[in-house]
Amino acid sequence: MAGVWIIAEQRDGDFRKITFEAASAAKKVADEVGGEVTALVLGSGMGDKCAELGKYGVAKVLCVDDASLADYTTDAYANAAAALIKDGAPDVVLLGASMQGKDLGGRLAAKLDTGIAVDCTALAVTDGKLVATRPMYAGKVYADVVVNGSPQIASLRPNVFDVVEVGGEAAVEAASVDLGEIKAAVVDKLVAEEGKIDLTEANIIVSGGRGVKEAENFDIIEELAGKLGAAVGASRSAVDAGWRPHTDQVGQTGKVVTPNLYVACGISGAIQHLAGMGSSKVIVAINKDADAPIHSKADFCVVGDLFDVVPELSKEVDK
Amino acid sequence: MNIVVCIKQVPDTETVIKIAGDGKSIETDDIKWVMNPYDEFGVEEALVIAKEKGGEVTVVGAGPDRVVESLRTALAMGADKAIHIQDEDLYGADPVYVAKLLAKAIEPLGADLIFLGQRAVDDDSGVVGSALAEFLDLPQMSVITSVELGEGSVKVERPVEGQTLVLEGSLPAVVTAQKGLNEPRYASLPGIMKAKKKPLETMTPADLGLERADNLEIIAINPPPERAAGRIIEGETPQELAANLAKALKEEAKVI
Repeated sequence: MAGVWIIAEQRDGDFRKITFEAASAAKKVADEVGGEVTALVLGSGMGDKCAELGKYGVAKVLCVDDASLADYTTDAYANAAAALIKDGAPDVVLLGASMQGKDLGGRLAAKLDTGIAVDCTALAVTDGKLVATRPMYAGKVYADVVVNGSPQIASLRPNVFDVVEVGGEAAVEAASVDLGEIKAAVVDKLVAEEGKIDLTEANIIVSGGRGVKEAENFDIIEELAGKLGAAVGASRSAVDAGWRPHTDQVGQTGKVVTPNLYVACGISGAIQHLAGMGSSKVIVAINKDADAPIHSKADFCVVGDLFDVVPELSKEVDK
Repeated sequence: MNIVVCIKQVPDTETVIKIAGDGKSIETDDIKWVMNPYDEFGVEEALVIAKEKGGEVTVVGAGPDRVVESLRTALAMGADKAIHIQDEDLYGADPVYVAKLLAKAIEPLGADLIFLGQRAVDDDSGVVGSALAEFLDLPQMSVITSVELGEGSVKVERPVEGQTLVLEGSLPAVVTAQKGLNEPRYASLPGIMKAKKKPLETMTPADLGLERADNLEIIAINPPPERAAGRIIEGETPQELAANLAKALKEEAKVI
């Protein structure tokens, strides 16, 4: 059995958390389909860090070290991954459904003439085959899918799969491969606001909607988010009104999020918004309208005015 | 500048999705079909660039006959011509296969720039753009919020987790549009009238030399996991409500 491979993700020389999530998920799959977990590490100067992936169930690391792999490029990463995967012929390849993984996955599937299940939230093995569960229509339904090509590729939604430490060190092997022509590359990086937490990676999100009434009023949402170490999200109405940037939008035409805690403030709960945050672990709705649809999705419903309740909640968090 | 925009027709985002009797597809009877919202950003950007640099905008869509309505919408917005890859059974197909179809149809057009939406709001895959780029052997720049053309090159902004990357790639290239790129125009009445006379070419997968081959198969579609019924937080004053909520989150849910 050729086992299960993961494509590790690094930024500025450090593995991202999704790598550990993918490794842990891969270990579970490998225990069922047979074989070991191999991690493909593409980067520059990553050699010393590769062995630590053993902690999450990786038996072997194939490390490609090249200065031109320091930053992700679709071309070099897809060419390298495709060549090594063809060579190693794994049954299953897992990667993150992060921004990088979403860019890479489709290209890789096309290169290898196989299929890909994107943004999966659960994996199972039936009759030796991977069955991946993935939300469609932003979570209005969930599909179970199988990839009939080889390898079976699946990308995993960040923050959903548990990181499981099993201990040990991985065997690290240097690999070299033709990276091909790089036709598009990063020429600059604009750093977002200092300390700003990305919605898709946040453990807690505090979101505001139409009920917040104006851009300045997001101060109280920001304050609560600050106290909770949370990211700030927004409904489509708040974004379309120009109160928040597009990057903050949660919903079917924004980001689909899965934090541990989602606090919806002054959000009525349009179907597109509910789809985008409905798989959050715990949902709180703060809305003065007791009939607002958001209350039907919430674990804890506060029927009250957000302008009164949210500042009080900020105080309570400190206690 | 020869620009192609790929569009997909999807259920309006207001749609309540119902699972069909076969348990692995959705009921399509009462659906209002619209152009994928992210594709509208692609159409808009193409029109702006074509106006500035000169050139032609071709929109390409694959699927059943109803897809023609969305192609006409793009023509009404201002695109010059349309190609419809006619396939009654394409809805729900493997996106990699769809990309193959599009690649075959686009290849002869000699496009300098190809736009798609960053993902379709139905299957949420975001695979077609990058698979299309692979089949056409072109660079891809995905999920972008700005486009700036240079001499034989294109510069884009791509917001990723915690930062925005500025990418530069050679032309021709495949670019997938994210919200924030622009504000798509509405079709004007004269635009709608003109669209009726604009060229719309129809072809089939067989014309493109392809046979349906899906590597991704949906074996079941289920409703989202049921959430346990929620609880109304008690309290007479905002202070009480906040205190009781904080207590529930700390002691019961253990999330803060």
